[in-house]
Amino acid sequence: MDEARIIRRRLSPRLWLAGGWLLLALLAAIFAPLVAPQDPLAQDLMLERLPPFWLDGAEPGYWLGTDSLGRDLLSRLIFGGRIAFIVAFAAAIAACVVGSTLGLIAGYFGGWADRIISRIVDIWMAFPPVLFAILLVAVLGTGLSSVILAIAIIDWTRFCRVIRAEAMGQSRMDYVENARIAGYGRIGIMLREVLPNVVPSIVALLSLEMGIAVIVEAILSFVNLSISTDDPTWGGIIAEGRLSIHQAWWVLVFPLITLILTVLSFSQFGEALKTRFDPVLR
Amino acid sequence: MLLQRFLIRLLTMLITLFGVAVVVFVVIRIAPGDPIAMMLPPGATDADIGRLRALYGLDKTIVEQFFIWLSGVVRGDFGTSISLRQDVLGLVFNRLPATLELAIVALLMAVAIGGTTAILGARERGTAVEAGIDIASGAALSIPDFLWGLVLILLFGVLVPIFDISGRVSPQLDLPFVTQFYFFESLLRLRFDLTWDLLKHMLMPAVALALPLAAIIAQLLKQSLKEVLDLDYVVLARVKGFSETQVILREALKNAALPTLTLIGVQFTFLIGGTVIVERLFSYEGLGNMAIDAVINRDLPLIQGIVLVFALLFVLINLVVDMMYALLNPRLRHG
Repeated sequence: MDEARIIRRRLSPRLWLAGGWLLLALLAAIFAPLVAPQDPLAQDLMLERLPPFWLDGAEPGYWLGTDSLGRDLLSRLIFGGRIAFIVAFAAAIAACVVGSTLGLIAGYFGGWADRIISRIVDIWMAFPPVLFAILLVAVLGTGLSSVILAIAIIDWTRFCRVIRAEAMGQSRMDYVENARIAGYGRIGIMLREVLPNVVPSIVALLSLEMGIAVIVEAILSFVNLSISTDDPTWGGIIAEGRLSIHQAWWVLVFPLITLILTVLSFSQFGEALKTRFDPVLR
Repeated sequence: MLLQRFLIRLLTMLITLFGVAVVVFVVIRIAPGDPIAMMLPPGATDADIGRLRALYGLDKTIVEQFFIWLSGVVRGDFGTSISLRQDVLGLVFNRLPATLELAIVALLMAVAIGGTTAILGARERGTAVEAGIDIASGAALSIPDFLWGLVLILLFGVLVPIFDISGRVSPQLDLPFVTQFYFFESLLRLRFDLTWDLLKHMLMPAVALALPLAAIIAQLLKQSLKEVLDLDYVVLARVKGFSETQVILREALKNAALPTLTLIGVQFTFLIGGTVIVERLFSYEGLGNMAIDAVINRDLPLIQGIVLVFALLFVLINLVVDMMYALLNPRLRHG
């Protein structure tokens, strides 16, 4: 075993770190009204642009400082996590169900089904994804369900492409042929024999997709097209931070760190799941 | 053989473009907001609205509207922007060069950074250096361009303010350019003062776009190099007394590069897709920034035009990559 591999193996704690961060952020989001030190919407112009706790001029109870309207940054981040996690789970699962189903059908049945589905995937891949998302939300109207729907409509192709290729590979294996000889129907084989063998890939992609959904939601709220402007979102806080960057850098730094940690954690999880399920990589 | 492949690809490309046109047209028409009502002052009468609807062809059925629009597109007429009241094609061509320049500079950076990292990683394979490269490229890959852009704004726009964080060029400068390719034209005109100003604006958005792609290149090229480095002819070169770096650059690289080249082609379309939000982040006056404004203003003809131009760009890049692959890959060339 070479040195690089030893170092890589030693890094399995980062899986625990990733899981720990996601659990912490998720719990904080779920119990936001109990955990958040302040009302995330309460404005107080006497408290505008307070710095984080270790700097001069900080106020107790406003740990990460306040924005230009005097709203508590930590409380806004905690409440913003609610939107982020709802979108991450709902959009990723929706994209996964649609994409994996179509991918399984295209890969296992082949022929016309494959040709039509692959053509639709080609068309989808010719759209710039961020522009497509912004366009869809503008069309569907802002709101939580629009954001979830838009992400699912765009990102199902990620699942479809991978699962199609895997299902295609699986359906050439001997065990599928044996099941056919044993008299199973084609849909039965697809669901009972092929599907369980592509589940590891689906699970890994699902974790990656949750990270992507968090980013897309942040981008949408950054251009002010996510949910109603009152509710705090990570992207919305970033947009405020980008504007007041020279007066209050913390309004940009903390949501940025939150987003990076969350995205890295989701992708670490995805990678780890892929390795765990893959006998060759393991 | 190659010609046949090319013609089939050309045909599927046209079908894809037609599909994109249909999808974007349908998506936009189901929008609940009325773009005409938004254009007129609050006191406008129904007759005014009706006249304007007829002017933009919005009084016909969706299918009629689609074919009127499509027949215009085929003749190069993309319609008139509702919010800017100018020819859509003109507006798009005015902004496209800025986006292309940004994307090409970002691509070159990604190849330079990713290629160097891959060669270093292959040379130091099995050491702590390689593990460090793996971790760094893994992180660079997981963090998307939008977040890299914000990190760069904080680091080099605020903490150490050496680069500009908004715009394409300093507004007070007198620009002698005849094309919209400011950066390339400034190089050709040897106006390096302008090149420097443009670069100061372009560098951070370009790096933000380049980093995830650089990470992918680093990972894949390093993997291919490591595989090639165990082959007999490379071992022979090593026996001849070449240093490891020479072996990689002179012998291994050209045989390991093909998978990476194909990947770069596909990833380049993702990079161009990323310009939309990165341009917004840096207030860079490109096509993507205009696209977001068009969506916010519900400017239907402009949105359609921009999306179609992006789609055309994507399928053209895929076509070129496919043809390059066919030309470079001996198995397909003789197959």
